[in-house]
Amino acid sequence: MSLLTTNYLTPTGREEAWRFTPLKRLGGLHDGTAKVGDRQSLSYRGSASGVKFERISRELATSPVETDDVVMQRVREGAHNVATLTIAANTEVAETITLSRSAQGLDSAEFSRVRIELGAHARATVIMENTGDAFLAEDVEFVLAPGSNLTFVSLQEWNTGSTHLAKHHAIVDRDASFKSITVTVGGSLVRLLPSVEFIGQGASCELLGVYFATEGQFFEHRMFVDHKVPNAKSRVNYKGALAGQGAHTVWIGDVFIRAAAEGTDTYELNRNLLLSDGARADSVPNLEIETGEIVGAGHASTTGRFDDEQLFYLMSRGIELSDARRLVVRGFFNEIVTEIGDAVIQDRLMDRIDNELAKAGS
Amino acid sequence: MSTLEIRGLQVSVNTDAGAVEILKGVDLTIKSGETHAIMGPNGSGKSTLAYSIAGHPKYSITGGTVTLDGVDLLEMTVDERAKAGLFLAMQYPVEVPGVSVSNFLRTAVTALRGEAPKLRTWTGEVKDAMEALKMDPAFATRNVNEGFSGGEKKRHEIMQLELLKPKIAILDETDSGLDVDALRIVSEGVVRAKEANNLGVLLITHYTRILRYIKPDFVHVFANGKIVEEGGAELAEKLEANGYAEYVGS
Repeated sequence: MSLLTTNYLTPTGREEAWRFTPLKRLGGLHDGTAKVGDRQSLSYRGSASGVKFERISRELATSPVETDDVVMQRVREGAHNVATLTIAANTEVAETITLSRSAQGLDSAEFSRVRIELGAHARATVIMENTGDAFLAEDVEFVLAPGSNLTFVSLQEWNTGSTHLAKHHAIVDRDASFKSITVTVGGSLVRLLPSVEFIGQGASCELLGVYFATEGQFFEHRMFVDHKVPNAKSRVNYKGALAGQGAHTVWIGDVFIRAAAEGTDTYELNRNLLLSDGARADSVPNLEIETGEIVGAGHASTTGRFDDEQLFYLMSRGIELSDARRLVVRGFFNEIVTEIGDAVIQDRLMDRIDNELAKAGS
Repeated sequence: MSTLEIRGLQVSVNTDAGAVEILKGVDLTIKSGETHAIMGPNGSGKSTLAYSIAGHPKYSITGGTVTLDGVDLLEMTVDERAKAGLFLAMQYPVEVPGVSVSNFLRTAVTALRGEAPKLRTWTGEVKDAMEALKMDPAFATRNVNEGFSGGEKKRHEIMQLELLKPKIAILDETDSGLDVDALRIVSEGVVRAKEANNLGVLLITHYTRILRYIKPDFVHVFANGKIVEEGGAELAEKLEANGYAEYVGS
């Protein structure tokens, strides 16, 4: 256990940020009792020009912003280096950049820091593929210089028994666009905190996600979009399905429009499909507005079961119930999964979704 | 040669105020190649007849029988009824977000035929069916009924009728919400399906105008949950002139 320089408050579960999370299942990541190993499971494949991947020692890699998350504070103090991916200014990277994380061990935790930086007017798509047995706390930072454009896909396809806590924090400067697509279909407990901070006018973000929790899985996606400058635009759309006893998902969408953020345009949406009894979906959109001079601000949250009319329509064309359900679930996720733009990954995810549904006994 | 036989059919629907009886004993026999028009005022139970034969879970059968070629349909699941040869063109076709028309059609035809169709032949069949109904080829990539206009929804229903080749089709107010051109195109599709497959048709409608394109062999007047008068095509003309007033009890 590392000796921390600050005496952080250990979450008790009563804090707003932790109120849904089963702390007992965190293996001590939240209170500092977790044994931390020295693994570095992240690797970079590729050799595109203008793209640099390096590990920068902790001392040289000061984080651009403080974090108020106690686990991330521990990660920042504990990780020896920051895996840094840099895309040079004015570079458009045609091929997808893949960061693979193949985790192999539940006996000790891995603390990992990742930073992805885009120079002015750079453009790239980065996919982080997470597989294996993870006991991971991860601090991912994105720094988007003016006019840059990043699509970031993170795939949580962990094995059963994995625990993954992560923060994805994006700092988006003037006229830059950040798009993230988060897919969580594996692991025992996954808690992701995607957040966006606009620091220049005309910036935009699109936070998309899908999750499918089955028996005993806990998946939490808690986002925060901070409109602190004028004329920025944010869109959030997360879709989840749940099936099986004890499947539990949490979606929190916090949007803050500060007094200075005139001309803000924001909309967030979360939809959940409950496929069986015994599953629980929490969905909480929060909008805090300090100025009325905005383009638009809205949110919607729905949690429902299969639509009998849809199933009837499909079955009246000869399609069996289990196939009709599969079509509806695939269709439900299709809108977001196709945004990934990679047919191989999309097919793999859809197959996994089919399997989850079949396991749940449709 | 197929026969859909409805005998003494009684159906109720569950509401907050308890079960309400809608169909009060319906008798009707439809054979291959025949066209039966069921006409009646709103709320007379016409759509209930259509949906309860197709097996919609909202309705409870409280009496009577429905058989197709002697086999009890009421014991079957909704998809089994379709596989037995029944088709329902819906008045309000349902949106299925994220599922493309082509994927939906391929899944349906695979289920009905018991094996996936040969890709090349099938693509041709779909293309021909769409052309015949004057539908844009881009239609196949759109999501099922999502954002379709009223006319597009009905063309899509009749396209399925032509592609899936049922023995007996129930058309529930297929004419509603169609302009004259669309009505003609859709009606021609029904006539083609009849001629191609010796289809038996149960045509449910409120108005007589569709009967100019699809000539009925029999007309049944439906009121208050049962058939109150039967005749040939001439009965439709009488209804056109006099309306339903004489059948709707005060």
